[in-house]
Amino acid sequence: MMARTFTPKVVTANALLEGDAVWLTEDNRWTRNMAEAELLTDEAHADLRLLEAQARAHEIAGAYLANAAPGAQGPEPTHFREAFRTRGPSNYAHGKQTEQS
Amino acid sequence: MYQYNDFDEAFVRSRVAQFRGQVERRIAGALTEEEFKPLRLMNGLYLQLHAYMLRVAVPYGTLNPAQMRQLAYIADRWDKGYGHFTTRQNIQYNWPKLRDVPDMLDALADVGMHAIQTSGNTIRNVTADHFAGAAADEIEDPRPVAELLRQWSTDHPEFQFLPRKFKIAVSGAVHDRAVTKAHDIGLRMVRDAGGAPGYEVIVGGGLGRTPMVGKVLREFLPKADLLPYVEAIVSVYNLLGRRDNKYKARIKITVHENGLEKIQELVEQRFAAIRTGFTGHDQELLKDIEAAFAPPAFVSKSTDGYEAARLANPAFRSWTDTNLDDHKADGYAIVSISLKKHGGTPGDATSRQMRAMADLAEAFGHGELRISHEQNVILPHVHKSDLPEVYAALRKADLATANIGLASDIIACPGMDYCALATARSIPIAQQIATRFDALNIEHEVGALKIKISGCINACGHHHVGHIGILGLDRAGVENYQITLGGDGTETTVIGERTGPGFGADEIVPAIERLVKGYLRLRKDADETFLQAYRRLGMDAFKAILYPAEDKKHAA
Repeated sequence: MMARTFTPKVVTANALLEGDAVWLTEDNRWTRNMAEAELLTDEAHADLRLLEAQARAHEIAGAYLANAAPGAQGPEPTHFREAFRTRGPSNYAHGKQTEQS
Repeated sequence: MYQYNDFDEAFVRSRVAQFRGQVERRIAGALTEEEFKPLRLMNGLYLQLHAYMLRVAVPYGTLNPAQMRQLAYIADRWDKGYGHFTTRQNIQYNWPKLRDVPDMLDALADVGMHAIQTSGNTIRNVTADHFAGAAADEIEDPRPVAELLRQWSTDHPEFQFLPRKFKIAVSGAVHDRAVTKAHDIGLRMVRDAGGAPGYEVIVGGGLGRTPMVGKVLREFLPKADLLPYVEAIVSVYNLLGRRDNKYKARIKITVHENGLEKIQELVEQRFAAIRTGFTGHDQELLKDIEAAFAPPAFVSKSTDGYEAARLANPAFRSWTDTNLDDHKADGYAIVSISLKKHGGTPGDATSRQMRAMADLAEAFGHGELRISHEQNVILPHVHKSDLPEVYAALRKADLATANIGLASDIIACPGMDYCALATARSIPIAQQIATRFDALNIEHEVGALKIKISGCINACGHHHVGHIGILGLDRAGVENYQITLGGDGTETTVIGERTGPGFGADEIVPAIERLVKGYLRLRKDADETFLQAYRRLGMDAFKAILYPAEDKKHAA
């Protein structure tokens, strides 16, 4: 049997004060632009980055690893839930879709 | 209406002060998220997909104009200028910042409101018939009892760590508008042989992943026994309810696994043990509360102007046909204000609309507003002679949609547009269905039809009891919508039946359209509702409409 291949990940969480989605960058910043996130292609490294993220409890809440794929600009979501988190709700022009334009 | 006494005021203020300290410690890093989460949930603060969400209790759905105006103020000052009314008669703010929440709670306390026990494994906000105190078919106003239950359950030391959340609904009328059979405890006011009012006590109902219709635990409970009896039920559940598996922790599973008889036996035992501890103080308290809910001073005046306006203005007539219900007082009507404008978000109201509704309640509604579990706002006491003016004001506020009880009066949970638990979106589906039926211009012809949409198995959108229920799921990374038919949330509660395979996001609206148009062809006459036609014809007739290609395949 072939070893299960690791699906690339990003570390994501909600910002502590604003509650919106943030992603962890390679230089340890929390970014609101997923394309700037560090794409984690190695499972052990991903687990380590998640632990490091979770230790930053005063900045974020609920850190987890989300599936991502490499894109032209940087990591992109592969699941619709994660795609919504990069934009905001579909019923109003609120959230990241307006704040980032 | 009930007004906070000094005890309520002091309790709510001290809770805000505690929470302010907890928020400060969380921001300072002294509390981790794991430590903070149960504390914030006890105060109604969730963390969702895009922001925090504050769920504010509207006890038994009753608001006065000052409270509604304060909700508008909070929306403007700390949120994005609107609020979302929910299926538990609450209001949710979708965009609060953590630092602002204690100030929001203080602003709520200024008008006798709070967010306590709107989350967590406690007794939640007690809901009631939104027509309470007004409905023509009412035995007694259920709100005094709901308020008694609120006071009893708030911070009740025995019930702060239940196996799971616990929801109680109270109805005082013949027709059940409070979905009592889908609650952990449902209380329906009935009369005994001698005519004395009491309660039918229903237990173990609920929707969610294991939907169950509540069972009658006691056919008749005298009014004075209510608090000790309810306490006995929750007490038995607290010990017996499962804590090993959250999906089996609700009382519906406890009742299902132990059997109704066993639960009856244990509750009666517990009731006998604690009954004597209730020495009548609760009944004295109830009398005071009942006085606070005394009916307003109804006036009698001519309704000629109303009848003339109906004849003169077809739009007004159409609105009165759908948005009014029978009132117990002569010359009065119950007005349902639709928060279901075609294409809008079900249950949302802007701050401007909230103020407009508060103004109307003050000018024409004896100072009362209600939130319905169907996510509309009710003016329970409006004299018919004032209706033309009320309607004109509602039009100005973009609140005059004439669709109560029709296809576009859809219940929808926030779904994956906001909720962290959701598996698919529900709001866009509701918007598209309503827009489509408006374009077809057939919803008045279709008549009574309840469409209810949930964005996950937890069923906040009550899809199981929709005549047409829609459940949004994640099927291999794509939004998919399952349909159930024949659900009913009234006194004849039925859990809807699944039709078969689900539909993609682009297929679900045409599927609903097929169903409804098919019903129009199948119904005996214009008086046979969708639900009646479904009950007469059964699932197969509707399946054939829903899955036409498959039907041909079977025939071939």
